[in-house]
Amino acid sequence: MTPELLAALNTARAAKRPTVVATRLPGGEQILLPSPDAAPDLAAAAMRALERDESGTVKLGETDWFLNVYNPPMRLIVVGAVHIAQALVPMAAMMGLNVVVVDPRRTFATPERFPNVTIITEWTDEAVEALAPDIRTGVVTLTHDPKLDDPALDIALKSDAFYIGALGSRKTHAARLKRLRELGHTEAALARIRGPVGLNIGAITAAEIGLSVLAEFVAVRRNAPLGIKAPQSAAA
Amino acid sequence: MSDADAQDILSVATTWRAAGEQVAIATVTETWGSSPRPAGSQLAVTVSGKIAGSVSGGCIEGAVAEAAMKTIASGVPQLLDFGITNERAWEVGLACGGKLKVFVEKLA
Repeated sequence: MTPELLAALNTARAAKRPTVVATRLPGGEQILLPSPDAAPDLAAAAMRALERDESGTVKLGETDWFLNVYNPPMRLIVVGAVHIAQALVPMAAMMGLNVVVVDPRRTFATPERFPNVTIITEWTDEAVEALAPDIRTGVVTLTHDPKLDDPALDIALKSDAFYIGALGSRKTHAARLKRLRELGHTEAALARIRGPVGLNIGAITAAEIGLSVLAEFVAVRRNAPLGIKAPQSAAA
Repeated sequence: MSDADAQDILSVATTWRAAGEQVAIATVTETWGSSPRPAGSQLAVTVSGKIAGSVSGGCIEGAVAEAAMKTIASGVPQLLDFGITNERAWEVGLACGGKLKVFVEKLA
């Protein structure tokens, strides 16, 4: 790898631009994509690899190309600078997620409680809307307070967020769904919310709950069977 | 792959290179069967013996590091094949029974 290519790759990663390093095998010539100089078939293969978020080797004509995908980190928007968030956020950071904490209550949302993460103290709907959740973003609400959680969920449901979770018991969740239904959300939309949030591992402590949320986030991201959501019962 | 650890390897390698180290990068390019690390996983290694990242569960890192020394010396990249291909493959093969290819290049 040449110093120029490495520098360009590091610049692209720092700017969070989706980038592919294509390496001709076995010779080792390399090109950074997307690039106006790339052959159309190679450019198209690189775009597909970025969309699938999967590195691998492809054969184009007679040539083997290894396409190494450098997508920007996935995001996790944590609504509620609460105790569980203090356990969840460092674990999410360790997983390489770009974590944002949202809570308008400035006594909770402090850099002392959440070092090295982005903290937003706008009202939760404004904050989530400005963050514009996309297909590589998860949103999890932890405040237990409908006036903070509901507006965030309302915006998350209108976004492309691939993972939406809400902390709270089944009873709390049923009441929450009722309120969101009154805001005009369809059953199909409401079914996107994972509530009670997290895989059922019997979590009790804040760290255990954080682990169960992140385990569910991974299961959904990787299309694992554990990530398949059980249908809401009619009684819920 | 876009895991944080794969991305960090490049940062680490960049820092080492800037400090004057001789660095090689090994990247998993293809896997078959139960290989523990997906394509795109990277390992950086220096002549002075520093190592970061991984291309397997640990079973081939030694062989990859050895190949990396050759690539650093010659400047010529290598495409290595690991897998159970014969009886002796036990010695450098994968305990998990997987197969993988690893591309080794010098960080110029």
